[in-house]
Amino acid sequence: MALLQISEPGQSPVPHQRRLAAGIDLGTTNSLIATVRSGSADTLPDEQGRHLLPSVVHFRKEGLPLVGEAAAAYLSTDPQNTIVSVKRLMGRGKDEFSGRGFRLPYHLVETNSAVPRIRTVAGEFSAVEISAEILRALRRRAEKTLDGRLDGVVITVPAYFDDAQRQATRDAARLAGLNVLRLLNEPTAAAVAYGLEHGAEGVYAVYDLGGGTFDISILRLSKGVFEVMATAGDTALGGDDMDHLVAEWIMQQAGIDPEAGHHQLRRLMAVARQAKERLTGADTALVKVELENGTQWEGELTRSELDRLLEPLIKKTLGPCRRALRDAGVSKEEIREVVMVGGSTRVPLVQERVGEFFGCTPLTSVDPDKVVAIGAALQADVLVGNKPDEEMLLLDVVPLSLGLETMGGLVEKVIPRNTPIPVARAQEFTTYKDGQTAMAIHVVQGERELVGDCRSLGRFQLRGIPPMVAGAARIRVTFQVDADGLLSVSAQEQTTGVQASIQVKPSYGLTDSEIEQMLKDSLAHAREDVAVRNLREQQVEADRVLEALEAAMAADGNTLLDDEERVAIDEAMRLLRVARQGDDAQAIKRALEELERRTQTFAARRMDASIKRALEGHSVDELKV
Amino acid sequence: MNYFQLFGLPETFELDLQRLSERYRELQRTFHPDKFAASSALERRLAMQRAAEINQAFHTLKDPVERATYLLSLRGVDNRNTAAKVDQAFLMEQMELRERLAELRSQPDPSTALEELIADITRRTNTVLQELTRQLEESSERSHTAAQESVAKLMFLRKITREANEIYDELLED
Repeated sequence: MALLQISEPGQSPVPHQRRLAAGIDLGTTNSLIATVRSGSADTLPDEQGRHLLPSVVHFRKEGLPLVGEAAAAYLSTDPQNTIVSVKRLMGRGKDEFSGRGFRLPYHLVETNSAVPRIRTVAGEFSAVEISAEILRALRRRAEKTLDGRLDGVVITVPAYFDDAQRQATRDAARLAGLNVLRLLNEPTAAAVAYGLEHGAEGVYAVYDLGGGTFDISILRLSKGVFEVMATAGDTALGGDDMDHLVAEWIMQQAGIDPEAGHHQLRRLMAVARQAKERLTGADTALVKVELENGTQWEGELTRSELDRLLEPLIKKTLGPCRRALRDAGVSKEEIREVVMVGGSTRVPLVQERVGEFFGCTPLTSVDPDKVVAIGAALQADVLVGNKPDEEMLLLDVVPLSLGLETMGGLVEKVIPRNTPIPVARAQEFTTYKDGQTAMAIHVVQGERELVGDCRSLGRFQLRGIPPMVAGAARIRVTFQVDADGLLSVSAQEQTTGVQASIQVKPSYGLTDSEIEQMLKDSLAHAREDVAVRNLREQQVEADRVLEALEAAMAADGNTLLDDEERVAIDEAMRLLRVARQGDDAQAIKRALEELERRTQTFAARRMDASIKRALEGHSVDELKV
Repeated sequence: MNYFQLFGLPETFELDLQRLSERYRELQRTFHPDKFAASSALERRLAMQRAAEINQAFHTLKDPVERATYLLSLRGVDNRNTAAKVDQAFLMEQMELRERLAELRSQPDPSTALEELIADITRRTNTVLQELTRQLEESSERSHTAAQESVAKLMFLRKITREANEIYDELLED
């Protein structure tokens, strides 16, 4: 029998080295990566000292794609192979690609997959693969700076992202070879970065206006717990739309044909953006545009003209603010501070209107571009295990109601919006025909009553229902949303206990086999060996499980296990250690599965013991009062 | 272990909401999956189930309608089909409130009229809540039947509040 190390409670038995973790803000316009070093979090610059990585990918006939500034250089000369704002396309279907402001200049390809692809000179790519290129560039930057492999990352997403958009983000991370510790909502990350946990108590609002998305979140802070009370927003509203409005104004003023070519539109957008940014500090901005006939147009945009253009757009953000307050059950007066996040909150009129609405001066002391990445880095540092005594805990909610299609194309809500996650809710169904053995279930996300007005997440086929008379079967379908906000579904027939098998057909997501194929392609691309990577992944998992289990055994092995159970677990651990030394990924996987099987009861007992401890602590507290 | 026991609170309708929130945060501090980020897949799954249970319990106890329904079910009172138990007078009142809601847009000052209507609904809701508190305290067969009726009334009032709020948003966005 192996010797067990006995440790003081709260101390890890194995003095492990610091793990490398990072926070990633995968933005519409710019992306950043941050990490905690010597106690403080900061974003990592590239070799030229630039922290922001433009979220632009340029595909070439030869060689690897370019990312960031290098790619942005091709924006006006080669727009069809230079992809911008790909975040807007994440988790979206072909029908949703068009009709958002300006036409997209890309060639979309018809495929069998639910996920549209963009045709470039280097091949056809989905939004997930393009985002993975951005993540790879950030990963390279971090691993070079930190001189080691990243053990885990936290990636931020807009709080208002639906299931398909979150899943797409996770898939992109997987393609980029990143171990995702958590998908974190951007406003929550910002709240963390503001160091609000240090002594701050009460209700806060986070107003996040980025390049392409808008989020408002209401959070309650209490003793290091960040509890999201409500969130609302618009996933298609941001700085890009401001630029469109300004570009339209320029076109009107300069008499440019609205059907102008891609190059012209791209250039106009850039000019519009510069003018908008200029007006953050100045009262007027000079606008110069090269016209297609070779002449130049010059005009002046004033602050008040810009304000007039942006007013309706900013007003559109206040509706969600009201709704979030109501869902949270708090009044404007209860909001202690409003934290501003996202580059677009630099626009003076935004700060003015938000300040008026909440009746307080918005907080802008942390760089609104960096604040999300910094918060994510702080959380990543905790999750990867570098701060075992950290009190910080982030509790998030489901941003949009999850429901099912019922008779007549109506939606039955199963999990309403702003329900805290993780959450599991069950719904019972029955059969409507004698002997019916299968059932189709359509899962949607959104607030509207008609299926057609909500977003389709997926269709599920339940099979293997035991044949009975109509209405006799009771099929319990359980929806589970994990801490990342990702949905899974399971089903069981209640009278017989038969577990129905579920086939998922994501409406706008990639299937597992598509991901596998992309993984293979991308690895071939990066000249990495699939087998080597697979082995490494299994070894990392084995180390993690062994370390966690050693700590658990040291803490509770004596009290919760009898000798026989202990010997069985020790033996399984020994076998895993042996497998871990070898180079057979499958053997490690099998040993891991065996160990998991043997520790099932132990893990469940530990959970029950913790509940008891939590309750005991409670009565002790009460005695003190 | 029922939800009240999980939170270490007495099984009553009147509840110390502050304590409930505190206990909620304490429990999540122990069981949230983030606290198991470095544990095995199995432990993470168990933690997620526990955290989901805690969330469900918190949701149920926090909301007066859910709490009353849950408390009634703990006392063995069947909660199905309570809507049928609402009296005629209350239904007439509901019709009246709905008419006022429908006629809002033709009012000279719809926002103010709507605010008054919402305040009116809130008053009615508070009255029913007080009745419900008394009924659940009495805890007799007769009072339980009355409590079921109160729960049904609260559901009606909640629905109309939601609709009124939606109209309020539309008015502000015009």
